[in-house]
Amino acid sequence: MEDFSILIGGKAGEGIDNSSSLIASILNKLGYYIYVYRDYPSIIRGGHTFSIIRASVNKVNAHSNKIDFLLALNQDALDFHKDKLTDSAITVFDSSKIKSDGIAIDCLKIIKEEKAIELMKNTIIIAAFFKIIGINFEIIENVLKEKELKELELNLLVAKRGYAEVQKMLDLKTISSIQRPIVSGNDAVALGLINAGLDAYLSYPMTPTSNILHFMAQLAEKFGLKVIHPESELAVILMALGFASMGCKAAIGTSGGGFCLMTEGLSFSAIAELPIVIVMGQRPGPATGLPTYTGQSELNFVLNAGHGDFLRFVVAPGDSEEAFYFSSLAMNLAWKYQIPSIILTDKLLSEGYHSFDTKCISEIKEEKVPLSDEKNNYKRYLDTKNGISPLSFPPMKDNVIKINSYEHDESGITIEDAKITKDMQEKRFKKQKYLEDELENYPTIATYGNNKSKTALICFGSNKGVCIEIAKKLDLFVIQIAIFSPFPIKKLKEAVKDLEKIICVENNFNGQMANIIRSYGVIPHFKILKYDGRPFTTEGLEDELKKVMK
Amino acid sequence: MNQLDLKTNTTNTWCPGCGNFSILNAIRDVLITLVNEGTPIENFMLVSGIGCHAKIVDYINVNSFYSLHGRAIPAAEGIKLANPNLKVIVFAGDGDAYGEGMEHLIFAAKRNIDITTIIHNNRVYGLTTGQFTPTSPLGYVGKSTPQGSWERPINPLDLMLSSGATFIARAASHGIDFLKKVLKEAILHKGFSMIDVLQVCVTYYNMYEYYTKRVYELRDHDPSNFDKALNKIREWNYSDDSKIPLGIFFKTSMPSFEEKYINFKKKEMDRTSEIDNVLKSKY
Repeated sequence: MEDFSILIGGKAGEGIDNSSSLIASILNKLGYYIYVYRDYPSIIRGGHTFSIIRASVNKVNAHSNKIDFLLALNQDALDFHKDKLTDSAITVFDSSKIKSDGIAIDCLKIIKEEKAIELMKNTIIIAAFFKIIGINFEIIENVLKEKELKELELNLLVAKRGYAEVQKMLDLKTISSIQRPIVSGNDAVALGLINAGLDAYLSYPMTPTSNILHFMAQLAEKFGLKVIHPESELAVILMALGFASMGCKAAIGTSGGGFCLMTEGLSFSAIAELPIVIVMGQRPGPATGLPTYTGQSELNFVLNAGHGDFLRFVVAPGDSEEAFYFSSLAMNLAWKYQIPSIILTDKLLSEGYHSFDTKCISEIKEEKVPLSDEKNNYKRYLDTKNGISPLSFPPMKDNVIKINSYEHDESGITIEDAKITKDMQEKRFKKQKYLEDELENYPTIATYGNNKSKTALICFGSNKGVCIEIAKKLDLFVIQIAIFSPFPIKKLKEAVKDLEKIICVENNFNGQMANIIRSYGVIPHFKILKYDGRPFTTEGLEDELKKVMK
Repeated sequence: MNQLDLKTNTTNTWCPGCGNFSILNAIRDVLITLVNEGTPIENFMLVSGIGCHAKIVDYINVNSFYSLHGRAIPAAEGIKLANPNLKVIVFAGDGDAYGEGMEHLIFAAKRNIDITTIIHNNRVYGLTTGQFTPTSPLGYVGKSTPQGSWERPINPLDLMLSSGATFIARAASHGIDFLKKVLKEAILHKGFSMIDVLQVCVTYYNMYEYYTKRVYELRDHDPSNFDKALNKIREWNYSDDSKIPLGIFFKTSMPSFEEKYINFKKKEMDRTSEIDNVLKSKY
């Protein structure tokens, strides 16, 4: 099998997430590339939760709607997903809870006989599934041991029982000895920020970026991080600006609602030239919207948030490797240009799990910012050729450092003078040209697929994976916009110059990216928009494309 | 160091007679004293909100962070955590700290972070030309409440006591020697210290005579006793015409946030290989 998908579903609280991670790890041992899509409601127990684990001999960054194996822990898992099953699909289910065709295992009986706990029915079903597809028990045993499960012995016992309940039906082979880390987009962002010298991470919990906070808290000791969970997003950004004023590289994470509260602080970071990195994980709005689902409706918001005219860096990574790379870049540029940097992700990328190509971690390093060598006349906002004022931080002997949210002179003292106001506004914008020039050397726009095709899909963020896969199948060209501010208009115009048909693919209602490129003179012909909180599946995008290409 | 005057060349734009002048003069003298006693001047960081009070950072030639309205305290907390060796002093107004940024005041007290917060409490919005604030008395007639406010004021000291502040005081903008004494003690206190300074606004709420008649300094008060502190704090509710006690109501010693906070040190390391190790745990 070169490419197959497993759906495991049950109630929230039944361990679906850990189960999908277990399945992914076992398939990783066999050398497959892994892509996990997690679908769960915003509740702690009950409701319907499922994960789709896709395994492929090639790198994939999208999930399919065609399910080859269904592992059902309750009736809903069967009823909600039976239309996704392929003709040859195999269903493994807990017969103590479900009536169905397929391979029945009475999990409750095993649990009772082994005096195990009900949560372990996952282990039973997973062990049975891997027997069916022809995996040796040792591999399952090893992964269970590596996962450092609580009650390992009991888990191994019930796994053996599940394994014994079924017959081998397929003969899945190890395809490669190469194993890859399986990371979430959140993990990749966290490591990318650390790679660029992160000192402090602050966040108020909010899906889909809460896991960055949790991961950072785990890594705090190893990397010497200050990880803080303050009282609100207002406190988060202001504390981070306090850190920045002292020369500490700070990053913060949130979603749309939290970012709304941060916008005054964002604007402050701009006038006070305090570097900050904001991870903005999108989920459907407006307001509380669909907290645990995905969307891309904050593109306009991050580009326009905050009052006043100011320069910002905005990047939208398309997969975990880019999440790592661009998070490092966002930090480096924030400090080099003393501007706010925004990393725009979405729930699909942030919380999905993907095989990670570790090559990217040596491709970018922390850029150390040179400090001012001024002895006794330091000016925090000294005007220079490129508008970048040399940095220094308190305590600085014989000098005074003044940070100011008001318009200010070079020393940071409040002013209302017309000429200084004009000069300082121009000083801050002088940096734009230098930033744009530097970005010429970075993949602000990426292209994939058939560059001779007259039809291109244009996408951003997590739609990269699904667009590349379908473009390959239909022999189309793909343009991914990675950096939105400053907008790489030259590179985009170059990429579209021979095209006859431009199709924008986005997860929002209005086609925000399409409208942005139109404002720069690149005219999209079609928009494929999905705004139901669910990401495009490969089949879903293919069907929509066929409609517009007719 | 005796030559130190800590003045900037900025023109002072407070109204003549404004209570802010005495807070400015008091803090400048206290800073000079502390420098003479051994704290390097560059180790001070002044943080302000937005309002008439906040101009103070433009007038003192010391490191400063002129924050947003209501947001002086979280910035100060970030600064303190970034460098616990700094002496961080926050200036905030009553609209600023008791209105817009109340949550931060409560949380800073809850954490007992070692910063000093001085509230310029003139009980009116000055810079926006005269509206009622969280500490204006019931019935205050201002531009947004021409029929008189319908809200009773909060007692910020009471709030601070229940939030966990370890140093709570009240002073007034007239009586500069007393003000200096309280400010110095607050700055030297290890933990979250808060001083509510009753400040006269000559233009919008001139309470000079009102305060002069009612204020008195606490005598024979035991600031380590929570119940007695509460009792004294509740003697005046910011609305009734009772006597107004000034002084240190409560003072206790507790570990401060930055002492308790696990301060992991950044080590020299090959980050790429350490990150690679973290990734290896993710098979």
